[in-house]
Amino acid sequence: MNQSNTATSAQNATEVQNPGVSTMSQADRAQGTDPAVLKDLLEKMLLLRRFEEKAAELYTLGKIGGFCHLYIGQEAVGVGAISTLGPEDFILCSYREHGHALVRGLDPGEIMAELCGKKSGVSKGKGGSMHLFDKTKGFMGGHAIVGGQIPLATGFAFASKYLKQRAVTLCFFGEAAVNIGSFHESLNLAALWKLPVVYICENNRFGMGTPIERASALYDLSQKACAYNMARAYVDGMDVLAMRDVVADAVARAKSDNAPMLIEARTYRFMGHSMSDPVHGHYRTKAEVEEHKRHDPIKMYTSTLESLNVIDHDYVAELDKKIREIVEDAVAFSERSEDPDPMDLGTDVYTP
Amino acid sequence: MAMITYREALNQAMREEMHRDERVFLMGEEVGFYQGAYKVSKGLLDEFGPLRVLDTPITELGFTGLGVGAAMAGLRPIVEMMTFNFSILALDQIVNSAAKMLYMSGGQLPVPMVIRGPGGAGHQLAAQHSQALESWFCHVPGLKVVMPSTPVDAKGLLKSAVRDNNTVVFIESEVLYGTRGEVPEGETLIPLGVAEVKRPGRDVTVIAHSKMVHVALDAATALAKEGIEIEVVDPRTLRPLDTETIFESVRKTNHVVIVEEGWPNCGVGAQISDTIQLHTFDYLDAPILRVTGADVPMPYAKNLEHLCLPDQARVVDAVRKVLYRN
Repeated sequence: MNQSNTATSAQNATEVQNPGVSTMSQADRAQGTDPAVLKDLLEKMLLLRRFEEKAAELYTLGKIGGFCHLYIGQEAVGVGAISTLGPEDFILCSYREHGHALVRGLDPGEIMAELCGKKSGVSKGKGGSMHLFDKTKGFMGGHAIVGGQIPLATGFAFASKYLKQRAVTLCFFGEAAVNIGSFHESLNLAALWKLPVVYICENNRFGMGTPIERASALYDLSQKACAYNMARAYVDGMDVLAMRDVVADAVARAKSDNAPMLIEARTYRFMGHSMSDPVHGHYRTKAEVEEHKRHDPIKMYTSTLESLNVIDHDYVAELDKKIREIVEDAVAFSERSEDPDPMDLGTDVYTP
Repeated sequence: MAMITYREALNQAMREEMHRDERVFLMGEEVGFYQGAYKVSKGLLDEFGPLRVLDTPITELGFTGLGVGAAMAGLRPIVEMMTFNFSILALDQIVNSAAKMLYMSGGQLPVPMVIRGPGGAGHQLAAQHSQALESWFCHVPGLKVVMPSTPVDAKGLLKSAVRDNNTVVFIESEVLYGTRGEVPEGETLIPLGVAEVKRPGRDVTVIAHSKMVHVALDAATALAKEGIEIEVVDPRTLRPLDTETIFESVRKTNHVVIVEEGWPNCGVGAQISDTIQLHTFDYLDAPILRVTGADVPMPYAKNLEHLCLPDQARVVDAVRKVLYRN
């Protein structure tokens, strides 16, 4: 994050109390941003997309087991948000976290190996799709009880404040988590104790097969922050630059004032809840999914950058080729990796 | 040697560990301004300030999870449960986060944390405030479970628990806080996972923890008058269990009675009994007997409550029975 962002955030400190996030177009935002950054965001989103398309394929082939929750459709949220962080910062996620791990720079091969239950996986094959960890990168998991990571993230923020480290914790969760106790208990503690944590609610509209309207009495989810006297914002989660801007402000405020914030990112998942669930069916129509795909965050962003001549069609084709190779390499790495050693069944239960 | 209470011993342990290591902090309901619901944290707020002694809202799941996150981030929290009855609200974070984080992360993230507070029955506190839940925690790989019965054990074990790199569930006894015992001056450390023979004897091994150690010792005094010498073994740490000390006693006495305050089904004694029969079957001269709390929610009325809890008479009866002397 650059200096000008920090300055802007200080001026906007009161503005974010009101969720009226600027309605700037993506093109306007792009024009104020370094082209290298713009290209990097595209590259990351495309990596997430291609990686997960491959993961879906491997799941179908039986090489990935268990639950496998894909992030396809939501890439702009994680990519925009995590692009604002420094190496000192922390990230905690739900079980739909392959994308966040990739953006944070965990090795694609080691992530794929983890999905396939290999010894060379980021969690040595003991975690799987829902439990990706890399302590060295501040990537503190994949947590698979809805809302379970929210108190943990609050604890990381507490530790940063306690140790006087100027670090922020980003906590990602789905909109279904805002009804659970751990969400409310955590937001209260973070606001009460002024902890540097940014809660990012990825509202993809469905908790498995239950739409938000059938699960929450309140649809404007950022309002939940009001109960805790906490700053809030909502943002178009399909716009990677809007996402980046709102999180950059929140991160700056958290770091300078130890002020927590709740951001609702309005997004949509293009796949089923997990690979074992249908994309559409009883709970949503095919037409609805297709309608949302018209706002595909990657397509939208690609055409914005093309319209501004930041990139052209050849660039995109070349980038896609490069990313497909990265993904193929990741699969190859996983394929040649060994299963965990049976002797390791009982290790890592306790530490000396 | 100083004669101090179990409560003071715990207080000393926390004070000393907080002086030793700045990463140690205490968090819980009423631990600060109120000086602790049971005064275990008396004086700590004044000494260490509000950043290290934190009064929490009544939100066990939230602050326990916050503690787990802080421990993952390198701090060493002591999370106080006002009583372990309320730990049920925090079980998701204890079981799904604290106990499993090291494993799920492939060894990357230990959770060095102590969850402590009183457990067991009080006096007429009724069903929701009188229960012994240690077997719930003993069930979970990744947790250590400690239950001291004396002031010196309370101090030495709590200091070791704070220094342990795993999550330690440290269950104190509400009714022992005021009991006194000798505690050495200076550094007192008792390793986790080491049992102690609280009274040697040749005839029957009586295994008991926490308050039940004192019930067993009273029974020992009574039985000695009829010429029966029981050996009282206090595991002190229920997980990991010091099986060797137990087996050694069983090989000597050939008779076992296990006493616990909790419910009988899937209780701690059931697990200890299984371990004993598996490893020292040939040394047993009688089936292992258990004395447990009654298999009902704790009633309020004094007479009914009394019927629920193991006492000296029931332990004496069990010892006679295991020796075929009744």
